[in-house]
Amino acid sequence: MTFLRHTASHLAKDLRLEWRSREAINGVLFFALLVVIVVSLAFDPTSNPTLAREIAGGILWIAILFASITALNGSWLREQRNGVLDAQRLAPSAPSALFLGKVLANFLFVSVVELVLAPVFAVFYNLHPLGDTRLLALILPLGTWALVVNGTFFAALSLRARSRELLLPLLLLPVILPALLGSIQATAGVLTAELDAGYINFWIRALLAYDIIFTTVSLLLFGVVLNAE
Amino acid sequence: MTPPSTAPAIEITDAARIFGSFAALRHCSATILAGTITLLLGENGAGKSTLLRLIAGLGTPSRGSVRVFGEAPHLLRSRVAYVSHSTMLYDELTALENLRYFASLQSAGPQCACSSGSPEMALRAVGLDPHLSRPVGQFSQGMRQRTALARALQTDPDLLLLDEPFSNLDVAGVRGMIDLLLDFRTWPSKSSPAGRTILLTTHQADLVRPIADVTLTLRDGVLAREESVRRSA
Repeated sequence: MTFLRHTASHLAKDLRLEWRSREAINGVLFFALLVVIVVSLAFDPTSNPTLAREIAGGILWIAILFASITALNGSWLREQRNGVLDAQRLAPSAPSALFLGKVLANFLFVSVVELVLAPVFAVFYNLHPLGDTRLLALILPLGTWALVVNGTFFAALSLRARSRELLLPLLLLPVILPALLGSIQATAGVLTAELDAGYINFWIRALLAYDIIFTTVSLLLFGVVLNAE
Repeated sequence: MTPPSTAPAIEITDAARIFGSFAALRHCSATILAGTITLLLGENGAGKSTLLRLIAGLGTPSRGSVRVFGEAPHLLRSRVAYVSHSTMLYDELTALENLRYFASLQSAGPQCACSSGSPEMALRAVGLDPHLSRPVGQFSQGMRQRTALARALQTDPDLLLLDEPFSNLDVAGVRGMIDLLLDFRTWPSKSSPAGRTILLTTHQADLVRPIADVTLTLRDGVLAREESVRRSA
């Protein structure tokens, strides 16, 4: 109970900080919109709906990935300002509660951006999905959680490094690659309806397993990262 | 006034803290009794902040040991409060929001965090209006300093570690803070019968020396002098 109460406190604090500053959501949203619009201008997907459906999944996830990295870097910088991270280390609260609270907050920020991005994406790419679009309600959160849980962990790991902006993508991209591949494959499968349902289900189950494994490992290791000198 | 006890609050035994090839602390040994106010003096870079961070549990000695109430410092999070050079506060939140957040992280619940009073009371104790709607980022340096002290006091600590707590205060502000620390020392404590222990560093030694029981002096990472002084306050 204490763990959940502390997690809720961290989450509420992060949501309040974001509501006041809007640093993360604005940054992620503008970057993601920029990628989607620039790519649509470069390839003109409206002239070829089949091509649009094939590449849309990849473009969507790449936009979310790169946009999220900026927000994930910033989420720990708030804790570093004024030495608040030391106060967190001194608090009689589990480090994993701090981590989980921040992951949940980042997950909400990125999910809000995805909700705004989805209609823009559909318009710019003239998308008419041929598969079962209800599956996207599973694929998007699972893929986003994979990105956010690893991104939050590696952002904390690179917090004390001088070139942390460079370090985060270098650490994150190799680890997130399987989840990214799964998310892109499953999303493309839903949009094109060229993959059978079993294949899409396989990727959804793989994403779920990936999320469970990496969330558990991150929660177990975060205390070491937080208290590293 | 509670007389100082003979029970040690802090035991430092041959402690050293080495960063790469630089020894911030060397061969430090000292015992600080529970219920005392100890003044830690030294020039910039003497190792005062490093020693305070070791006692707070924000680092581990490269050699030797530091014990707080007989335990490793990181095992006593709820009994020790630390105020550093930085405010350890979120600029975007109000003082009350900051204090409520940190109170909610106390292990046994918010009510435990406030056994000596609520976040509102802690803010009033340091002379701040708890209902100020301005975020801490818009406070003056002195107000931030007082909010940082309120954050520490609201946890009802048995050991209070203060790193340059008066650096941004005027003389009247320092006197007010000293009165507050003297008052805090007399707050009843269930877990430390000898009373509260305060260890602070400052460059304004003349103002603080009258309330100190003991003065320690650090020079180039070595505890150079220990002096018992009579408390006149």
